[in-house]
Amino acid sequence: MSLLDREVPGVVMTPDNIRSRTLPVAVNLGIAVGAFVVAAAIVLGAGIGNWVLVVVLGAVFYLVGLNVVAGRIEGRRAARNRAMKALIYSACVLAILPLASVVWTLVSKGVARLDGNFFGTSMNNIGARDPEGGAYHAIIGTLEQVGIATLMSVPLGVLGAIYLVEYGRGKFAGTVRFFVDVMTGIPSIVAGLFILSFWVLIVSPWFNDGQPRFSGFAAALALAVLMLPTIVRSTEEMLRLVPGPLREGSYALGVPQWKTILSVVLPTALPGIVTGVMLAVARAAGETAPVLLVAGGAAAINFDPFAGNQQSLSLFVYQQAGDASRYAPDRAWTAALTLVALVLILTVAAKLLARRNKLSR
Amino acid sequence: MAKRIEASNVSSYYGSFKAIDSVSMTVEPKTITALIGPSGCGKSTFLRSINRMHEVLPNARIEGSLTIDDQNIYDPDVDVTAVRRMIGMVFQRPNPFPTMSIYENAVAGLKLNGVKKKSILDEAAEKSLRSANLWDEVKDRLDRPGAGLSGGQQQRLCIARTIAVEPQVVLMDEPCSALDPISTLAIEDLMFKLKDRFTIIIVTHNMQQAARVSDKTGFFSIDKTGDPGRLIEYDDTQKIFSNPAQKKTEDYITGRFG
Ligand SMILES: Nc1ncnc2c1ncn2[C@@H]1O[C@H](COP(=O)(O)OP(=O)(O)O)[C@@H](O)[C@H]1O
Ligand SMILES: [Mg+2]
Repeated sequence: MSLLDREVPGVVMTPDNIRSRTLPVAVNLGIAVGAFVVAAAIVLGAGIGNWVLVVVLGAVFYLVGLNVVAGRIEGRRAARNRAMKALIYSACVLAILPLASVVWTLVSKGVARLDGNFFGTSMNNIGARDPEGGAYHAIIGTLEQVGIATLMSVPLGVLGAIYLVEYGRGKFAGTVRFFVDVMTGIPSIVAGLFILSFWVLIVSPWFNDGQPRFSGFAAALALAVLMLPTIVRSTEEMLRLVPGPLREGSYALGVPQWKTILSVVLPTALPGIVTGVMLAVARAAGETAPVLLVAGGAAAINFDPFAGNQQSLSLFVYQQAGDASRYAPDRAWTAALTLVALVLILTVAAKLLARRNKLSR
Repeated sequence: MAKRIEASNVSSYYGSFKAIDSVSMTVEPKTITALIGPSGCGKSTFLRSINRMHEVLPNARIEGSLTIDDQNIYDPDVDVTAVRRMIGMVFQRPNPFPTMSIYENAVAGLKLNGVKKKSILDEAAEKSLRSANLWDEVKDRLDRPGAGLSGGQQQRLCIARTIAVEPQVVLMDEPCSALDPISTLAIEDLMFKLKDRFTIIIVTHNMQQAARVSDKTGFFSIDKTGDPGRLIEYDDTQKIFSNPAQKKTEDYITGRFG
């Protein structure tokens, strides 16, 4: 008798018995149906809840029932395996449900104003009784603000991460890393206030005859402040994952360090870096407070990010959702759908561009 | 243009830990030298000291002098990248660059050092892949990823990459330990071929391999864990394996070690 056999009976099958009985699929299905019928009878019979409770209770009954029945037929070990698997599957479904529900709500409510007018016009001269009006100005604003913020924060963030991983030793690097960590937790409204007091109130008057003014660029600055720590952090993690022997392989060819970083380390880490950047972009595109604080929002189209109020999609959603007009909620939903679609498209495009390499696999 | 290497009293440290203690040896041009010894006795450390790869690790430092044709590579005004271009290295685990194709891997050293001309690169790729006995196996799929090859092919690709920059010395740290016997033989054949052009130093755990391929053999050992590794004996391979001067060497070679 082996040690395992003696200590944990049932784990090891004896050599002359490596087969075991398996639970028929029909029985499995039967347990599922039975569990939900019982759950429905209890919940609806007693009138204590609706179909959500039926599903939850049914799932619990199913897991318990499956464990018991499978235990009888297949033995304890196999039954536990089966129950764990069922548990993991249900957890996965449970995690996806809210996501699917968000997407469904967005799409079903967003299609109402999914028309050319919405994407071609602004809210200029649109009154409470006008059913038209669109988010053209907000789309322009979001694209410009997020684009400028990305242009500023990606080079800075990636170079900062390279410093931390490849060059940074000692106190200074430790301090930088600490502040990056702290900055990751900055609430967006604080970033907005910082840019408001620093850029809008102090710097922008220099360029505008002494008058402070809102601008899309100020919003981009605030968004860049928010994106920077995320980009540094995620890029740092990705660079650390690049194996040391790869760097050494390059050094051993007489390739200088900067060239090694540029041509070996960065390309290897690129897919991960892009994922991190896109997370930061998605977060920035969804920020409302800083844009409201330093770009001010607008009803009309403003292509110039350096002068005057600008709108953004998230701000548009916020304003339309709170608007008294009965046409406003539809606009808010469609704008929200547009925002999600925009982020999705950008993410997919970035991933396609950064695919590990153009080599065929 | 292979070169002579002379190490005198080389001691290498990791922080305060002394990994090898005053190693001195002379390696003649166009020879193969094998370094053998138990694990942890500092063979890799010594090898990495020869092309200044040791100092890549934080806090690693070295004492003593290492000359290549009478130039001390540890002189302060020496350019590390020039040293490494002159002394190539093949690692224990094949490490082809994962984002590059077979072709790009083979000429990586040239390309990353600034060679742009396609005709030169093409020629170098074919020449080095042929030298590494890999050309026939990969010539139809040069644009496929280097990481998609088998372990033995990857290692030969790494050798091709190393000799493409035409170094004078090639260091190999257990290049066959992750490979099957057939790939190992392929690489041993390759070493004989390369001997005409390069000085080769190879670390190996395989005694037969050391006896088969090398002209000279150095035996490293440590007394006990925590002590620095020492070069116990360094002599003609023939002599080491038939009639070693030191008892320790004999014990190790005949398998009576520890
Ligand atoms: N990166 C490192 N940091 C600290 N100590 C190391 C490092 N690499 C190796 N050592 C130590 O140096 C000694 C020699 O190691 P190594 O040169 O790898 O031996 P070998 O290649 O002969 O097996 C060992 O005691 C090992 O623990
Ligand atoms: Mg070693």
